[in-house]
Amino acid sequence: MVKTKDYENARKYAGNSGKRITSMKKTILSLAVAAAALSLGTMSAEAKVKACWIYVGPIGDFGYSYQHHQGLLEVQKELGDQVETAYLESVPEGADAERAIERFARSGCNIIFTTSFGFMDATNKVAGKFPEVKFEHATGYKREHPNVATYNSKFHEGRYVQGVIAAKMSKTGVAGYIASFPIPEVVLGINAFMLGAQTVNPDFKVKVVWANTWFDAGKEADAAKALIDQGVDIITQHTDSTAPMQVATERGIKAFGQATDMIKFGPQTQLTAIVDDWGPYYVKRVKAVIDGTWEQHDVWDGMKEGNVVMAPYTNMPDDVKKLAEETEAKIKSGEFNPYTGPITKQDGTEWLKPGEVADNGTLLGLNFYVKGVDDKLPQ
Amino acid sequence: MGMLEAVLMTIATAATPLLIAAVGELVSERAGVLNLGVEGMMVMGAVTGFGVALTTGSPWLGIFAAIAVGALFSLLFAFLTLTLVTNQVATGLALTLLGLGLSGMLGESFVGLPGVKLTNIDIPFLSDIPLIGRLIFGQDPVFYLSILLTAGVAWFLFRSRVGLTLRSVGDNHGSAHALGINVILIRYLAVMFGGACAGLAGAYLSLVYTPQWVENMTAGRGWIALALVVFASWRPWRVLAGAYLFGAVTIGQLHAQALGIGVPSQLLSSLPYLATVVVLVLISRNRRMTMVNTPASLGRPFVPDR
Repeated sequence: MVKTKDYENARKYAGNSGKRITSMKKTILSLAVAAAALSLGTMSAEAKVKACWIYVGPIGDFGYSYQHHQGLLEVQKELGDQVETAYLESVPEGADAERAIERFARSGCNIIFTTSFGFMDATNKVAGKFPEVKFEHATGYKREHPNVATYNSKFHEGRYVQGVIAAKMSKTGVAGYIASFPIPEVVLGINAFMLGAQTVNPDFKVKVVWANTWFDAGKEADAAKALIDQGVDIITQHTDSTAPMQVATERGIKAFGQATDMIKFGPQTQLTAIVDDWGPYYVKRVKAVIDGTWEQHDVWDGMKEGNVVMAPYTNMPDDVKKLAEETEAKIKSGEFNPYTGPITKQDGTEWLKPGEVADNGTLLGLNFYVKGVDDKLPQ
Repeated sequence: MGMLEAVLMTIATAATPLLIAAVGELVSERAGVLNLGVEGMMVMGAVTGFGVALTTGSPWLGIFAAIAVGALFSLLFAFLTLTLVTNQVATGLALTLLGLGLSGMLGESFVGLPGVKLTNIDIPFLSDIPLIGRLIFGQDPVFYLSILLTAGVAWFLFRSRVGLTLRSVGDNHGSAHALGINVILIRYLAVMFGGACAGLAGAYLSLVYTPQWVENMTAGRGWIALALVVFASWRPWRVLAGAYLFGAVTIGQLHAQALGIGVPSQLLSSLPYLATVVVLVLISRNRRMTMVNTPASLGRPFVPDR
């Protein structure tokens, strides 16, 4: 029941967002930062606490940044007049990020959420200069100052379920994986997918293509086409656009949605999707700033806490659906961790002994593949 | 559909938007106007094409609307740079920023909606010829248009009288003016042609390549088109070669990755840029020919009474 409710919430936000955004007072200023465009939206003026977000993609990506923005909207809805929000979208990871974060810190933000791995160093650097401002960095591991917290979601729990489904559904025994950048978060996903698949078919193969971008619809489509031309019949992606789903639909194979429910782009294609639901976390943390109870922490929530929600299992036979639901329930109850031994590394050496569970520190810095992944990890 | 055929089709799809945008910009630059707003015009074309096709249900109407909006958007640039004589580089950059922001706002309600796809043509029998059938007779209509466009522009610029006039405006606007040529009018038309092409290229992205609207969906393709024009030393057929080379290496590197050949993916991802620059520099290495091909008045403002 809980799952259904979470999911309904996620869906509700996805559906209403368009109207809600347009009804808001919204100004867009364009900054000339080389060729990259940053657009700044400010909403509601008189408030006590100002919460600010930095997104790596546009809020209209209908993927990762879109979901973070849904979280912002939830904060507005829940905390109303107590809070003022602002966001910067399409902020490139790198030197520009530092400028953008510092700009926010100077402009009176009380708490700043930097929502991509690549903002890690910039966040810590700016945090050192503004000890009064709270910083929250998503998916990273560095907390160099007491005013920096990190938060993350165990997306890989969803990947594990996907792997189980993929191995059940695939006829060729090969799945295609469109990856963004070789960072721990992505590697975790690839490994979890593989481990899940191996529980069904020990010889299952995963072909990985690195797009080296989080968001480029055309390139993601090309990557999907290349993978399909090489014989994969299931596609999963760790990039943010819906293009791979569309290509899979065109070519008549199955695919998994990423970050948001992409069923509209593949009614006959999507098996399920990992939906990121950041809303409850953002509400909790902004409220902590309002109440003066904010403290540094490192949080890594997953299915159990409702951060990772699976979209309905569609386009699969009932037995596969049942297995997927069982796997999900097992992870959600905390009874099972996808990274439980025995697990062998790609090079054949032992990593985890039978029954041994990987600790979070190792997982957050994961930089190697497990056995069976058909790719050389870029270092 | 065989694998080679599928790969070649994918390359054509990847190259077509670059080719169309670059050929349009080439005409504008041949007339002496450097419009760095290609990315902005493209993205405006993409959102217009998607929106109109979605509302009317006709991808063709979407394409025509995108062409019109691209031309109109470039008219703004032309007015600023040609009539008000603003700096072309700064104005072009502003146009890109404006296009990216405006398209995001206009397209807000289109996010997350599946679009209308312009379907590929299918000629009975001919499309079924092995290997070349689909490649020659089974592509999307805009692909054919892009080839015709390249041929048309090549003919127009180097074989027609008006084309000669246009080039003379780009090479020496002072002399052209002295000969009684209406420099400003020709530049207006050239810029609008470039805008129309960019609009079409954008619509290709949102109606053929990936039939959807997402903010910033051009993802830098406008800039690649701009670079192609320069590296192809302002020659239409070289632009075509450059666009297809870029497309081929882009798709090729993805296949190399999927095969798991073990070359670092970052290197592979940069290959399309490297390969295109190297090859186009090589074919344009004749300095004298490059000097001849470069529009001498490129980017320079023109005020008739000076």
